[in-house]
Amino acid sequence: MTLTKKDFATDQMVRWCPGCGDYSILAQVQAVMARTGRPREDFAVIAGIGCSSRFPYYMETYGFHTIHGRAPAFATGLKASRPELSVWVVTGDGDSLSIGGNHLIHVFRRNPDINMMLFNNRIYGLTKGQYSPTSERGKRTKSTPLGSLEQPFNPLQLALGAGASFVARSVDVFAKHLQTTLESGYEHQGTAFTEIYQNCNIFNDGAFASFTERSVREERVLFLEPGQPMVWGKAVRRGLVLEGASLAMIDVESDADLERVLVHDPSNWILAQLLARLDPEKAEPVPVGVIYQEQRPTYDQAFQEQLDQAQQVYGPSDLMALLEGGDTWQVE
Amino acid sequence: MTQRPQESLPHVVIRFAGDSGDGMQLLGSQFTQNTALQGADIATLPDFPAEIRAPAGTQEGVSGFQLHFADHDIFTPGDETDVLVAMNPAALVKNLQTLKKTGIVVVNTDKFKRGDLAKARLDSNPLEDGTLDGYRTVLAPISQLTKDTVQPLGLNTKEAERCKNFFALGIMYWLYNRDPESTTSWVESKFKSPYKEANLAAMQAGMNYAETIEVFQTTYTVEKADFAAGTYKNITGNRALALGLAVVAQRSGLQVFYGSYPITPASDILHNLAPFKNHGVATYQAEDEIAAVCAAIGASYGGNLGVTGTSGPGIALKSEAIGLAVITELPLIVIDVQRGGPSTGLPTKTEQSDLMQNLYGRNGEAPVPVLAPKSPADCFDTVIEAAAIAMRSMCPVVVLSDGYIANGAEPWPIPAMDSLPELTPTFRTDPEDYQPYARDPETLARAWVRPGTPGLQHRIGGLEKQDLTGNVSYDPENHQKMSELRAEKVRKVQDHIPATEIYGDEDGLLVLSWGSTYGACRAAVDEVRGSGRPVGHVHLRHLNPFPADLGPILKRYDKVLVPELNLGQLVKLIRATFLVDAIPLSKIQGQPFLTHEVVKGIEAFAPAARS
Repeated sequence: MTLTKKDFATDQMVRWCPGCGDYSILAQVQAVMARTGRPREDFAVIAGIGCSSRFPYYMETYGFHTIHGRAPAFATGLKASRPELSVWVVTGDGDSLSIGGNHLIHVFRRNPDINMMLFNNRIYGLTKGQYSPTSERGKRTKSTPLGSLEQPFNPLQLALGAGASFVARSVDVFAKHLQTTLESGYEHQGTAFTEIYQNCNIFNDGAFASFTERSVREERVLFLEPGQPMVWGKAVRRGLVLEGASLAMIDVESDADLERVLVHDPSNWILAQLLARLDPEKAEPVPVGVIYQEQRPTYDQAFQEQLDQAQQVYGPSDLMALLEGGDTWQVE
Repeated sequence: MTQRPQESLPHVVIRFAGDSGDGMQLLGSQFTQNTALQGADIATLPDFPAEIRAPAGTQEGVSGFQLHFADHDIFTPGDETDVLVAMNPAALVKNLQTLKKTGIVVVNTDKFKRGDLAKARLDSNPLEDGTLDGYRTVLAPISQLTKDTVQPLGLNTKEAERCKNFFALGIMYWLYNRDPESTTSWVESKFKSPYKEANLAAMQAGMNYAETIEVFQTTYTVEKADFAAGTYKNITGNRALALGLAVVAQRSGLQVFYGSYPITPASDILHNLAPFKNHGVATYQAEDEIAAVCAAIGASYGGNLGVTGTSGPGIALKSEAIGLAVITELPLIVIDVQRGGPSTGLPTKTEQSDLMQNLYGRNGEAPVPVLAPKSPADCFDTVIEAAAIAMRSMCPVVVLSDGYIANGAEPWPIPAMDSLPELTPTFRTDPEDYQPYARDPETLARAWVRPGTPGLQHRIGGLEKQDLTGNVSYDPENHQKMSELRAEKVRKVQDHIPATEIYGDEDGLLVLSWGSTYGACRAAVDEVRGSGRPVGHVHLRHLNPFPADLGPILKRYDKVLVPELNLGQLVKLIRATFLVDAIPLSKIQGQPFLTHEVVKGIEAFAPAARS
């Protein structure tokens, strides 16, 4: 039986605010899961706390809505002990970058084969509008009436710094692109981290509109394709080049210009760092797509291998030998 | 060997004391192992500072190991010591007060120079100022004799000095007529040349020295204790927990997933379990206490048995996640090896002050069964019972050990395979009419479903559940119903608790104890009953729920005395639950009860002897 997107929807009423970016993400994830061809029972969706973390209730898969910030820890335990499951983590900027920061960096380091979606709306939605660790400095919110004092996290840089093996970015309203990106993540062996810019139309409306609006999208967004030159812009074609150890932007007007433009190579960690730092505030493009990817052993694989190795090294379990091992004495 | 007269003693208490770097724990455990193999009953009390190496020679840095061995059943490491082995002045003055007036003290005289006395903050030399008057004192230049023995083997001065604990061990082996074979083979497997030869030479030199000097007029023996037939081994509480969990893995067929973060005094459980990967145990050293319990819950969600182990501060951090396991009704074992608190408290010292934390230290109404082992060996049975409850009732179960039984040791009769309980977890696979929160009428447990089971996809989480469907529900009546169901499910664990065993008299004063105070309480009850006063003893393993017959038992007695290593926690529960005017007997010094302290408490309240 071929499953469709609808087969992955539950009978529960979706309770996000009308117009929330989460609706689109839910639809894309359902479509991606259906396209994998795997049965629904193979999927486990693990979430923390926050608006985005209600996600499992709307997925006709196995689902676990856990506690604030800890979803990666639950997912690691689940995946290590049940490696055959496809484990997906849904988290938000507050959930993973504030209260759950420790688990986020450690899941990147360990690299279990899971898919992590960070819905970044740069605000606390469920608690009604406080600034988040990705809110821009100076953000005025209920808890920061004179503006926040804090430098925001750049989730991509954080992931790269913590040793993530797959780092990507997409946008809630880029339906096709989001699907493709999540599919790449699904295929990746290891922790596939995708930051998804998600509009909170109630508490932080238009946070990403300056580059996601259809009218400006092509001028502001750099769609990364492995092996393709990093160019964007319709009216004026622009490209990224390397100047010294930094990225610079040039107008691409000739084949010679195009020759100079950097070709995207997701295996290049230094380039990934430079891309992650691109800043729309400085009129730089917003890179989306797979920014970095490397193959290295997954935690769950290594975990299983060590269990197998123990059978080799210590031999098969002999419970009585274990209990009776060491120095013993007999009482007649 | 010159034959000296041998004297047989019913029991002996030895305390080894020295600097944290002097190898006193090793010395103590070697002597213990040797003693156990001789067939005596044993009880031990390792007593060491939290600092790995506190400043050398200071009283703060003194590490001690007390061993009680006997030709009869004993319950405690002993109130008073017969022999004190003191490797420096700090160790001597800190431990002398528990030495019997007729006791033997063996002193390393090389560590009593002016500088050594200053480090111990002593104004005068206890070897010369009359401190040791009346004791049978053996003044042995242990450091120098050790160096003379082992330096020819190629060890430098510092390395040679490190062998002195083996010299001291040799003295004690000679004094107690021991065959040092257990230590010889241990040293041979543990050390490389030349340290192997050096340690063995130091031990032999210690034996020779003891034989040569004329101080010991007599050597001593302690006969075998009268144990039930069987094979025995010496076991610590943490080791027993690990073996119990291996049994759980093998008998249930489930992987035991042990998620933990290093913390004193629970880390040894992780160390013991890590090599059990061929026995169906997986270990996971998490990034913090919270991740440790969350990963364990993730494993339980996946259809394996999640276990997390920690001490009091870790329980504080895990509380929210344990609450999640309560509301999602997943099996989980939480081991709390209690230590002195609050906060960091006394990491290496024992206490029973986490009872209330484990019972009530979570947000909301979040009841969990709580069990406490009474001794090192009892940890084995307790953790197996905890696993049975967790899987049968689908809930977290707390095992409350403590630093005393975690590190203390006693002889353990190795159980026969067929005496180990069968653990049979059941998983639902039938999609027909499946409802995630439908319950077994007997246990009130919901069904356990492994992700991956076709047709049973469902969602669970920390939001309140609608009865039966498990859908998110904010309905007021539903919340009341679900809260009551979760409480009733835990109360029903009572159905599987065996009848309470009453020791001693069934009227008069009842000593009601729990956890590691069992030994001191039992010994104290025996002592007071010897004078004819009516005293009974009930020792609880089940602290939540209490055994169903406990209430009626309490009412039989005129008085109920509750000794605890805290400021009175069980006693509050007893008073609140049963409206009994129970009397607290509290000690909170980081040390277990001495028998005579409990005796004093009993004597203050027990009725007079019957005529």
